[in-house]
Amino acid sequence: MALQSLDILRRSATTTPSPGVRQTTEVAKLIDVSKCIGCKACQSACMEWNDIRDEIGSNAGIYDNPRDLSADSWTVMRFSEVEVEKDKLEWLIRKDGCMHCADPGCLKACPAPGAIIQYSNGIVDFHEENCIGCGYCIAGCPFNVPRISKKDNKAYKCTLCSDRVGVGMEPACIKSCPTGALVFGTKEDMIQHAEERIVDLKERGFSNAGLYDPQGVGGTHVMYVLHHADQPELYHGLPKDPSISPMVTLWKGITKPLMSLGIGLGVLVGFFHYIKVGPNEVEEESESEQQ
Amino acid sequence: MASLAPTFGRGAMTNHWVDIKNANVIVVMGGNAAEAHPCGFKWVTEAKAHNKAKFIVVDPRFTRSASVADYYAPIRSGTDIAFLGGLINYLLAHDKIQHEYVKKYSDATFLVNGDYQFDDGLFSGYDKGKRSYDKTSWSYQKGADGFVLADETLQDPRCVFNLMKQHYSRYTPEMVSRITGTPEAQFLHVCEMIAATAVPDKTTTFLYALGWTQHSIGSQNIRTMAMVQILLGNMGMAGGGINALRGHSNIQGLTDLGLLSNMLPGYMTLAGEKEQDFATYLDKRALKPLRPGQMSYWQNYPKFHVSLMKSWYGDAATKENNWCFDWLPKLDKVYDVLQVFELMHQGKMNGYFAQGFNPLASFPNKAKIGGALAKLKYLVVIDPLATETSEFWKNFGEFNDVDSSKIQTEVFRLPSTCFAEEDGSLVSSSRVLQWHFKGADAPGEARGDAEIMSGLFLKLREMYKQEGGAFPDPILNLSWPYKIPDSPSSEELAKEFNGKALADIVDPKDPTKVLAKAGEQLAGFALLRDDGSTACGCWIFSGAWSQAGNLMARRDNADPSGLGNTLNWAFAWPANRRILYNRASCDPSGKPWDAKRTVISWNTKENKWAGMDIPDIRPDAVPDENVGPFIMNPEGVARLFAVDKMAEGPFPEHYEPFETPIGTNPLHPNVISNPAARVFKGDMEAFGKAKEFPYVGTTYRLTEHFHFWTKHTRISAILQPEQFVEIGEELAQAKGIKAGDKVKVTSNRGFIKAVAVVTKRIKTLNVNGQQVHTVGIPIHWGFKGLAKNGYIANTLTPYVGDANTQTPEFKSFLVNVEKA
Amino acid sequence: MKVTRRQFFKICTASLGGSSLALMGYAPTEALAEIRNFKLERTTETRNTCPYCSVGCGLLMYSMGDKAKNAKSTIIHIEGDPDHPVNRGTLCPKGAGLLDFVHSPSRLKYPEVREAGTSEWKRISWDDAFTRIAKLMKADRDSNFVAKTADGLTVNRWLSTGFLAASASSNESGYLTQKIVRNLGILAFDNQARV
Repeated sequence: MALQSLDILRRSATTTPSPGVRQTTEVAKLIDVSKCIGCKACQSACMEWNDIRDEIGSNAGIYDNPRDLSADSWTVMRFSEVEVEKDKLEWLIRKDGCMHCADPGCLKACPAPGAIIQYSNGIVDFHEENCIGCGYCIAGCPFNVPRISKKDNKAYKCTLCSDRVGVGMEPACIKSCPTGALVFGTKEDMIQHAEERIVDLKERGFSNAGLYDPQGVGGTHVMYVLHHADQPELYHGLPKDPSISPMVTLWKGITKPLMSLGIGLGVLVGFFHYIKVGPNEVEEESESEQQ
Repeated sequence: MASLAPTFGRGAMTNHWVDIKNANVIVVMGGNAAEAHPCGFKWVTEAKAHNKAKFIVVDPRFTRSASVADYYAPIRSGTDIAFLGGLINYLLAHDKIQHEYVKKYSDATFLVNGDYQFDDGLFSGYDKGKRSYDKTSWSYQKGADGFVLADETLQDPRCVFNLMKQHYSRYTPEMVSRITGTPEAQFLHVCEMIAATAVPDKTTTFLYALGWTQHSIGSQNIRTMAMVQILLGNMGMAGGGINALRGHSNIQGLTDLGLLSNMLPGYMTLAGEKEQDFATYLDKRALKPLRPGQMSYWQNYPKFHVSLMKSWYGDAATKENNWCFDWLPKLDKVYDVLQVFELMHQGKMNGYFAQGFNPLASFPNKAKIGGALAKLKYLVVIDPLATETSEFWKNFGEFNDVDSSKIQTEVFRLPSTCFAEEDGSLVSSSRVLQWHFKGADAPGEARGDAEIMSGLFLKLREMYKQEGGAFPDPILNLSWPYKIPDSPSSEELAKEFNGKALADIVDPKDPTKVLAKAGEQLAGFALLRDDGSTACGCWIFSGAWSQAGNLMARRDNADPSGLGNTLNWAFAWPANRRILYNRASCDPSGKPWDAKRTVISWNTKENKWAGMDIPDIRPDAVPDENVGPFIMNPEGVARLFAVDKMAEGPFPEHYEPFETPIGTNPLHPNVISNPAARVFKGDMEAFGKAKEFPYVGTTYRLTEHFHFWTKHTRISAILQPEQFVEIGEELAQAKGIKAGDKVKVTSNRGFIKAVAVVTKRIKTLNVNGQQVHTVGIPIHWGFKGLAKNGYIANTLTPYVGDANTQTPEFKSFLVNVEKA
Repeated sequence: MKVTRRQFFKICTASLGGSSLALMGYAPTEALAEIRNFKLERTTETRNTCPYCSVGCGLLMYSMGDKAKNAKSTIIHIEGDPDHPVNRGTLCPKGAGLLDFVHSPSRLKYPEVREAGTSEWKRISWDDAFTRIAKLMKADRDSNFVAKTADGLTVNRWLSTGFLAASASSNESGYLTQKIVRNLGILAFDNQARV
């Protein structure tokens, strides 16, 4: 067993307690949207390091390519042209991908033992050898990040380059970022770095600049510096107050103990009903994109 | 670079990438550094984050650079001289110039020839029939001693300063806005931000690239900005200067090595056919000082030239045969690519080589280029990739609709190595020669460029040896000292261009002192001699591989000054200098204008120049001697007035693109476009008019791709897979085009079809009372590679170039757009 | 949340088997996990410079094998050189994808010729290629070389063949190219400086 596995904080669908003696440092990726030029170096480095190559797609009248996250694209840039002030165009470009939540909805929803791991440093990693392809992680994710591969029916997402971090290196995207919009370090240092950036942005007239580290998911190990922290939705629909769906909490908190008593069936049916009809808002646009 | 040399003496980026972090104001105009040079652009974000710098972008499109700018102003493509001329007018009118700098370090005080004048769009000396100028009057007044006359009081109406002031007084904010389409308030806001750095302890730096060069007035775009930098006192300063961002990884190196029609290594030039006499040839280039005490460094030309000839011909080059001067080809005119493809199109060329170059995709008017290639007897393509040029004869449907059976050109395609498979050096835009190492073998039978060139040359030489033939002397006598003749090593070649002593080199002041022993590698170009005792393949690179070894491979990144000069990282030409003209970072007494960014200073104790860079001046030049900081110019100072160095005038003037959307020039309707630009017969007729083609087309690069290479690269193809054009929302609405629609873009030379990206980032501009729309056309697609096949963007572009460099006008032409 | 209905249907059908595993409270201890193996551990690191733009970013290329005689090196990963003063380890999207340039399916492997009027390539040997090209060059040069102009000026130029040099090739290749091309008398000589 690899040494790093001793630093596991949580495993999906596993009742064995994790070892908890070591006091490790939490890491974080900070995405300073105000420095991002949308060059996609992070996408490129991610593909290269992780040995994933998406389809060569097409242009849909926008800069975004690949169009969406996929099992082969663990991060994508989201481009938004907005005019917060009249006649003052801003091209907000947000790197999208796994937020590595402190309280990961995917892990909570996952029924496959050991398919989703949270390390004590904060990284939430998928272990595809244990993945059963059920897709509950998608339902559990407040940021709509995991994707099931058509090739092997397993879920994939950003690993925060756990293989690099595990040997003391920064993730591939962080290293590549030409403008320093992406930085990596301890979560504490990243918060401090963000504070300096926010001071600079406020001096430049962005009075609502701030840090995005949403508490609804216990904070995240991927954070954003936003010029308009009061309106995260401007950044291609970044959720303002993300939280794990109550149904996932229900499934984890009640269903499993009930199961052992053999009376969980009704709840399970309810859970599937939830999956089928809501409370998710299905966007017509995104549905057509899938076709 | 044909604008920087006429102004400052050297045609290169003056500062370097890391130095951008020292700037107070950064202007990206005529380029899109975030998109084209992202890793260099980091020093812009650094300057913002850690130097509180303000960042300005002026561009027809709200680019990726603009996305992180403090201030963005739109401009109509091809009107940068109007904008910058207006800026000069603003600086002079508001007295926002650094007076002492301008007076001492520029030609502002110099008196100009009484016959020089500018009237209604034309400078004195114009010949309409020849479309060129007699530049006799574009000169200084000289005294009996041969030196230029000057008026230190700046009162004389004929001094450069006053002529400049008069010239740009026409560029009022109203006129600027009328021509450029930049709203007046936005123009003035940019002026104010830049003018704030006219004080000695603040600098502006400009970053530009093809957005300025690819116009029929490209060189003058850059000249105008160069004048601004003189007025602001920003040249030679850390965080100042002019950052000419080169495109390819070694375009700087190949230019330094003179791989251009009329050039020899180290910015030496080939003789014209009229220059039959060697002494006269040298004399014309070994420029004597125009002001007392100036270095006029080109005085050393004979040393550089003779050393080159010794490098090429060895013992065959002797004083008696003028070091083989006759062996070098003599020019009747410059054979730039537009000229060459014109000749090829006329059927006057038989053979052509494209080494790592894709002319079918890269040159204007694809139909003309393809037609020209089809008239060749043979074409040799040397490339790591299967390029469009190598298959110009093959039918790819609408993308390349040709009949192979009718094309008689014999085409050879020779596989070459790529960067990962070879050792050698490249010169970055910062003039730094960096050595790289081979990591793996090339695929299949691919060979390095040097090996391929040697194989061909030795085969040819053998044939000349056996059979004789036309003038075989330079072929048979070319020095070929390489240990493996058909595969010279990079080490051998680098040592050759660095230069070595052929005999003991002694100190001219003390002949007992040997500076370099016979056979030794030279430490720098100061050791070169014109008596045949030194050999050097490229004088400006001298010092790169000295007796100390390969300095290009040095890896010490220590930066003691914090300014980022890293003097022990690799090797910068000239003489490992990182900031050109750094003498100008100090006041005339040798004290830095801004102590916080001391590059060099005059050390009164040791009586020499020293500091955090190699001084760009004779190290013992006492400030009282008044040796000017622009040592390559015989004036010793920078030129606001370019004398006879530019084709279309000593002061930049706004001329419309050859395909103008407004059909007039608001400054002088009688002279609309560049009167000195060369236009071939037939190409003038192929220009479109605004009536049929009402929109401004402009081509450019995207950050996801590199020219026509990365469509062969899977990752890059994934990131930007399909050809598109960008149009503003207003034009899209008028034309009923939605994002994602297929559109057809047509110019008078052809059409392309592409997906429409509809954006707020391209605004409709109000120009001379009419609405002007822009259609943005990224260039990266073609009919070979992994990305979706597309049309070659240069199907649309006009066959006309800048009057000095013949860089094609890719950035501003006329198109129509409709739903496909 | 932005999960499409279609995805949800898919999730449901795919998941019954899976969910039942956990239904039984099945939590095997072997479900502990390892991170992905670090792939560079004993690779060979070679320093290089990015061949694209003129920023001149430093690269680290990682190749399989330790350069032992029997091991064939192949580059498996490229990233930025953190020591490089300009890029400090960063790379742009093109640079970060250089691995796919090195291994592009468009890489040429053998000398080829396309003969007049035909529509395909024929593989030839290097020696054939050099011989055929040199013959064409010599024939053209010998018949079109201008040693003197009509009015007697010595010009020694060959105008009917031209050469475009590669601005991504090294100084060493460029220098040798200049040395050869000039001494054949070629003036139709250029590089990418103009475009």
